Amino acid sequence: MSFVEYSEFIQEGDVVIIFLGRESMMPIKVQSGAQTQTRYGVIRHSSDLIGQKFGSKITCSKGGWVYVLHPTPELWTVNLPHRTQILYTTDIANITLMLDLKPGSVVCESGTGSGSLSHAILRTIAPTGHLHTVEFHAQRAEKAIQEFKEHKVSHLVTVRNQDVCKDGFGITHVADAVFLDIPSPWEAITHAKRALKHKGGRLCSFSPCIEQVQRTCEALLEHGFEEICTLEVLLRVHEVRTVTLPLPDFGPEDGSSDLGLEDASNSTNSSVNCKTATPPREIAGHTGYLSFATKPRN
Amino acid sequence: MEDSVNESDAESTICYGDYVVLKRGDVFKSVQVENKKKVIFEKQWMFMDNAVGQFFGTKFEVQAGGSLKLKAVKTAGDSLVDDGRSQKLTRDDIETLKEQGLKGQEIVQQLIDNSTTFKDKTEFAQEKYIKKKKKKYENDVTILKPSARLLAMMYHGREPAKICHLRYDSLAQMLTLGNVHAGSKIIVFETCAGLVLGSVMERMGGFGSVVQMFPGGGPTRAGMESFGFPSHFHKTLHEFPLSKVNALLAGTLELTLRDPEEERKRRTEEEDTSRSVPNEGSVKEKNPEEEERMEASGDPLEEMKRVEREKQKEQRAQEKRQKMEEKRKRLLSAAALLQDLNADGLVIASRFHPCPVLMALLKFLAPSRPFVVHCQYREPLIECFTKLREQGGVINLRLTDSWLRHYQVLPNRTHPVLLMSGGGGYLLSGTTVDASAAKTSNQPQSEEPAPKKIKLDESSSPQGTN
Repeated sequence: MSFVEYSEFIQEGDVVIIFLGRESMMPIKVQSGAQTQTRYGVIRHSSDLIGQKFGSKITCSKGGWVYVLHPTPELWTVNLPHRTQILYTTDIANITLMLDLKPGSVVCESGTGSGSLSHAILRTIAPTGHLHTVEFHAQRAEKAIQEFKEHKVSHLVTVRNQDVCKDGFGITHVADAVFLDIPSPWEAITHAKRALKHKGGRLCSFSPCIEQVQRTCEALLEHGFEEICTLEVLLRVHEVRTVTLPLPDFGPEDGSSDLGLEDASNSTNSSVNCKTATPPREIAGHTGYLSFATKPRN
Repeated sequence: MEDSVNESDAESTICYGDYVVLKRGDVFKSVQVENKKKVIFEKQWMFMDNAVGQFFGTKFEVQAGGSLKLKAVKTAGDSLVDDGRSQKLTRDDIETLKEQGLKGQEIVQQLIDNSTTFKDKTEFAQEKYIKKKKKKYENDVTILKPSARLLAMMYHGREPAKICHLRYDSLAQMLTLGNVHAGSKIIVFETCAGLVLGSVMERMGGFGSVVQMFPGGGPTRAGMESFGFPSHFHKTLHEFPLSKVNALLAGTLELTLRDPEEERKRRTEEEDTSRSVPNEGSVKEKNPEEEERMEASGDPLEEMKRVEREKQKEQRAQEKRQKMEEKRKRLLSAAALLQDLNADGLVIASRFHPCPVLMALLKFLAPSRPFVVHCQYREPLIECFTKLREQGGVINLRLTDSWLRHYQVLPNRTHPVLLMSGGGGYLLSGTTVDASAAKTSNQPQSEEPAPKKIKLDESSSPQGTN
């Protein structure tokens, strides 16, 4: 397996996603001789995982079962160990489209954070693109490098441990796109401009607060960026279920009150079932504003 | 690095035959650059010829007569000033200005100069006035290289009905949830003018294969053509008719392939003969002049013409046969890709009821692969959801839609854009799992963990709160 290429069978060293339920998944690294505890019992890697097909059902020691899934950036996003706040798939999808990312794109990103977006970028730009990601925090940078290796995507990515606002991305005029998820993106616009190709490119900045957006957009305009556009996307999940709606009783139609008393007990039982989709009680109301811009040719 | 810069520059100049996207403000239009071809964009005629040889991303001005002129960078229009003359322009005056071939910028300046109220307006209102007038009278056009982003925004803005009201943020979700990437084998079924197909192909970058399933006589690809992919991308694209899906799944396609082929051949031959007979008859009946000439067949010129005509007919039949053969070959290659039932992803966005389409096409997917279905309406997807739950073989089912809001960001005037899109369609996504395993082990394990698991499956909460 790799995060940029599907394979059919599970091998030693792979990362697999153990699926116990939608809200209950776990990523594990496959090692011969190793065991993983789940609430349905033990999974023995050598016998239960290695050589099995991705997508198959694995029976655990207590007789319960789980599915083993091929890792994807989307599954990784909901399973990765958090070292920071992360970007989720809804925002990632829009960032990817609006930055025109595709195989061969050269992308700059900062900060690397927990690598949620990084994996999605790598999947999209492989096999011919490259990601230059900058992480200020030394330990996080180290951890990201290690993860990229384990996920067999390290040939597509360069991690730099520096301050993007001071030192930039470490490259000049090679990037097709720049993504910023830092507290003061306006301080990195000069560096972003320098990182982008002479022929131009796209930029995206993710900020939770409108004041950050305001300053970033001003900086973008100052630096000659065009098509500046800020948007927000939220995902609404609909729960599919059958609901039962009781029918009210209006009494007998002829209006006779005597019989009405007897009939009442019968009609209270009548109800109608209908299939519907309802939103959950609470949903994420805000993640961040996405500001996009185009750097023109210079 | 020098080389790579030059290389990318070479491909970033506009050539004849290129597909480009015209942009003015938030309005887009996709056109092909052709010699002396008139293009209508935003109520204006223009010729694209002067754009040839220029870089993508260049801004042009449309001049009287429709020719494009390079727009000078940073023009005076950015600092329009108010000198407060108090005479008013009439509609006729503006028309005259236009006829004089005055630039949009100059007209706007004239309007400002002649507006008595302009100087009394607040700074904000003045800016707004200028912006509004600029939009109306300026005739700049930017020529851009097509991308999924631009074309999705274009279709959504111009002809949403043609793409089943698939908004660009929903398209973005589809490409991501479908894990569309280079090297995979993706099945696409769409009636979105080829926009979804093109977007999938852009994400594949010419690596891997795409099988387009199509209803009726042939696949629709206008939207895909607008991407202007290099020719090697087209080699990765295959098509397969929906009407042969059952045969392929039943393993009877080989037989049905030969039959219609022969039938078609027979039919074309029949058509040829039947066409030639009445044709001659009708010619004789309807065209007495021709008849006379035909009768005077001693004329060697006429004889030659007839031979020529027959030759052409023969040639056309030959071409038709070749096309048939080509089509058959393509059908077989698509069938070969599908019949292994190991596709890596399924993307559906159509005007058809999604349920039967999804149920049939899911069979072509390998286990542990994502699928995503778009529908303009929610109810059909509720039906899909329920059916998939009953049938098994899929997990991680999710019915979603996304909500998109744009913001105006200006100093002291930042707020959401007043008008927003009502909806961009609904998506049902999920992951396939080994269906055979689901059947065999369902019985012994159904006592305890199964119901638990189902409960877990059903309790879905927004991803953002994880």
